[in-house]
Amino acid sequence: MSDDRTVKIEVRNLSKVFSDSPEPALELLEQRVPKDEVLERTGLAVGLDNVSFDLYQGEILVVMGLSGSGKSTLIRCVNRLIEPTTGSIRVDGEDITDVPRDELLRLRRDKFGMVFQQFALFPHRTIQGNVEYGLEVQKVEPAERAEKARRAIEQVGLAGWEDAYPNQLSGGMQQRAGLARALAVDADILLMDEAFSALDPLIRRDMQHELVALQEKLQKTILFISHDLDEALNIGDRIILMKDGAIVQSGTPEEILTRPATEYVERFVENVDISKVLTAEHALHRARAVAYCGDGPVTALHKMKEENLSAILVVRTDFRLAGMITAEDADRARRDGVDRIESVLQTDLPTATRDEHLHDLVNRLAGLSVPLPVVDADHKLLGVVSKGGLLEALAEGGSD
Amino acid sequence: MAFEIPKFPLDDLIDDGLDWLTDAMAGATKAVSRFAETGIDAIVDGLLFLPPWLLIIVVALVAWRIAGRRVALFSAAGLAFLWNLRLWEPTIETFTLVIFSTLVAVMIGLPLGIWAALKERVYRVIMPVLDFMQTMPAFVYLIPAIPFFGLGPVSAAFATVIFSMPPAIRLTTLGIRQVPPDLIEAADAFGSTPRQKLLKVQLPVAVPTIMAGVNQTIMLALSMVVIAAMIGAGGLGGEVWKAIQRLQAGDGFEAGIAIVILAMILDRITQKLASRAEHG
Repeated sequence: MSDDRTVKIEVRNLSKVFSDSPEPALELLEQRVPKDEVLERTGLAVGLDNVSFDLYQGEILVVMGLSGSGKSTLIRCVNRLIEPTTGSIRVDGEDITDVPRDELLRLRRDKFGMVFQQFALFPHRTIQGNVEYGLEVQKVEPAERAEKARRAIEQVGLAGWEDAYPNQLSGGMQQRAGLARALAVDADILLMDEAFSALDPLIRRDMQHELVALQEKLQKTILFISHDLDEALNIGDRIILMKDGAIVQSGTPEEILTRPATEYVERFVENVDISKVLTAEHALHRARAVAYCGDGPVTALHKMKEENLSAILVVRTDFRLAGMITAEDADRARRDGVDRIESVLQTDLPTATRDEHLHDLVNRLAGLSVPLPVVDADHKLLGVVSKGGLLEALAEGGSD
Repeated sequence: MAFEIPKFPLDDLIDDGLDWLTDAMAGATKAVSRFAETGIDAIVDGLLFLPPWLLIIVVALVAWRIAGRRVALFSAAGLAFLWNLRLWEPTIETFTLVIFSTLVAVMIGLPLGIWAALKERVYRVIMPVLDFMQTMPAFVYLIPAIPFFGLGPVSAAFATVIFSMPPAIRLTTLGIRQVPPDLIEAADAFGSTPRQKLLKVQLPVAVPTIMAGVNQTIMLALSMVVIAAMIGAGGLGGEVWKAIQRLQAGDGFEAGIAIVILAMILDRITQKLASRAEHG
């Protein structure tokens, strides 16, 4: 699906050996010798082993792995805070691996905003001063600088805290400031290095949601490093899983979960709460029977009896959902001589859209005597999620 | 008869070296000497020209702004006491020499400290030199000062600068090297040039540590200025020196207590300066 989009960063065959004379290690890597053995045989530490991937314009790509997997090295190679040993990195088509120092500084100023795990706010500057830093380095005029910084601070919800110093802010607020500092320079690419890992779980959750919401508006290209699979699933359009400096698997969150490429990935994902990944789509079934607004109560009762139901969904002729009717109500309507059930429907029933997570549907489904209707943007009935269907989907873990 | 190993002529070598330096640098030392002497004299004359009570008020106000009411009250009371002891003039002389030496020491020490912090090779050369400078007994610096600058306050200032400079260098280097690596990384990630990184991140973050170094430099300068009385520095040290030669314990203690009071005033004010830098 993403293949028709513009490639923002193209990384090819990137390797990093922490040494001034990396050749012996590179040779061994060439022969597919694992990282630990390379260290044993040559004494050289391998950071990255032949990593290639594309980062598309406007997506959030999460690079995930445990500590020592090379993910932090990878993100630092992208803006050359760490010099890669071999391989190439193209940003907007321009190979940045060999550009001279001055040019590199210009690239960092223009193309990248970076957010750090421990926030890395300058303690001697106010929030405003911190957010202005990147603009100051770019030699932007003070008035324009202040205005841009103010806007970025507002975007992350820190308005009113401009004159505070970092140590006066909570962790979550400090990281908002860190994010504002990266946004203020108005670069296309955001590099986020375990940006939320130092925050406590509830705040981390909030920040993830806000990042996704912000991304809807800003459409940045985001490379996000994380060791937390839940986080990756939450915010990632695509996920790259790393181990020992190499990529083990890359794909959408769903692909990683439902088709783990190796046993390692499988072990990684086995503790994930699958209900937060699978969507209504996965548990969707065709409604076994529906009634129409124009049906009489007898017809409706008949359809229910046929399928052994105690209630039935009612749609209009164009299949837009109108409501539901229970057997009891239909029976009363029959006795009252109502000829179209339209007038006796329950219309306030909950619905779901196809991309909502199953986790969020459980509550809605719990008190319902019919299956949960799934509708599209025009309120047309696409199908239903029944309790049984939901359990079935969770049990199968989404594997087709 | 035992064969005697000839003595290594370290003393002669150093004498020859210093003689050569004195000759070669005669022009320079004379110029520096004249310049420094004029400067020191001008400051002393200027401060003595003001009535003591006015200066006491000024110092108290400065102390109040920087370090709060208690230090201000102490400074005013202490200086008034020194005035009453008829030690006003030597106090001013000592104060001037300390401030002058500290300024020179910081002006040389700060750039050296920055250089050593940024260049590993410079660091490895400078640190042992600093150890040497600090372990050498302070008196020894007085001897070469005389052929360079003659007896008097300039020689005293020279020896004081040498003696008190190490903490300024050391703590500048330490302060810059202690800047958390993630801040350096942040500065780099936003494309800062080395100069921007130094001026906008490294130096400001290092300021509290650098100020602690300045505080130590002032204290060392004060202790050296007293010793330098032996080569004609005058001031409070001169009073102590006179008292020793005449075995007048009372006069000696008066001058000694004056030095302690001056030290406490300078210390409290500069310490507060350092801790204020830390809290933004």
